[in-house]
Amino acid sequence: MAKPREVTDNTFEQEVIQATKPVLVDFWAPWCGPCRMVAPIVEELAEEYDGQVEFVKLNTDDNPNTAIKYGIRSIPTLLVFKDGRPVGQIVGFRPKSDLKQRLDAVVG
Amino acid sequence: MENYPGLEEVNGFELGQMMQRQAEKYGLEVGYTEVTGLEQRDGLHLLHTKDGDYTAKAVIITGGADYNRLGVPGEAELTGRGVSYCATCDAAFFKDQVCAVVGGGDAAMDEGLFVVRYASKVYVIHRRDQLRASKILQERAFANPKMEFIWDTVVTEIQGKDAVECLRLRNVKTNEESTLEVAAVFIFIGLSPNTDYLKGMLPMDGGGHIYVDEWMETGVPGLFAAGDVRANSARQVVTAAGDGATAAIRADHYISETFQE
Repeated sequence: MAKPREVTDNTFEQEVIQATKPVLVDFWAPWCGPCRMVAPIVEELAEEYDGQVEFVKLNTDDNPNTAIKYGIRSIPTLLVFKDGRPVGQIVGFRPKSDLKQRLDAVVG
Repeated sequence: MENYPGLEEVNGFELGQMMQRQAEKYGLEVGYTEVTGLEQRDGLHLLHTKDGDYTAKAVIITGGADYNRLGVPGEAELTGRGVSYCATCDAAFFKDQVCAVVGGGDAAMDEGLFVVRYASKVYVIHRRDQLRASKILQERAFANPKMEFIWDTVVTEIQGKDAVECLRLRNVKTNEESTLEVAAVFIFIGLSPNTDYLKGMLPMDGGGHIYVDEWMETGVPGLFAAGDVRANSARQVVTAAGDGATAAIRADHYISETFQE
């Protein structure tokens, strides 16, 4: 199943930094309205890029350390990691086609 | 939100989601994309989007409005790094820090009062010497000891390396310039309708709002506009909902009258 997995401050290193494939991290929080608009799009992308890109989400309320480490000051923020480093950042709600463009740049 | 009939207090996003779920129960299909153009062909409407074209018998334009940008150096570069247009999304990242809110209307006060729940201090920067916000919001803002008002002042630049560090300010009466150290700046200086892609095609007022009649008709058969995109709207959620109902009823009539076998 390609549904985005929850990661935490404790599992971030293993699940994202040490991942062999590119990873898209959806930084979100329960009280954030636009995050709820982004979530279904991320789920669709997870299906479409199954096998190419890993999709995870991190609740910034419960896991502040990772959010602080990567300078997240606005959510929703999507960060794409490749070889343990952030290579792309999308802040706020964007149409799916924009997100695909950014992902294709990393995958392609 | 405290002015939607029947609900004493409701979160705007949640109300929107409730409306969506309710409509989906009756067969609404939702697609997210960006519309880039609209034209009429053979009595139908052809919508161009970033994800392909759609053809429709009737179209109701409800694109709403987007927050105005200040248009100062540093704003675009630091968006998401301390420059924000959504206090409910971002205020929690600035716990016990000093923040600024730019604007003097209802949105600026509403959002400022939200930011101040987290921030150690909130400066409200307004280009005039009094607020436009409703009296009840003004009273709440003035009563909050953590809110301080900077009158007759505009932001001329947002500075910071990786994140917002300070604002350059100018007093519009004395021309005196100053620097204000803040970790975040929340900008609420009005809204503009999302109608750029329709310019030249439909009659609009100076602000880009589409003129419609009392049935939300634009003058192009089968093309309607409702809510914040239309001219002379009261720009409340309740009036937008009413507009939408009016347009939907009229669009239904239009389709059954125009396309009957």
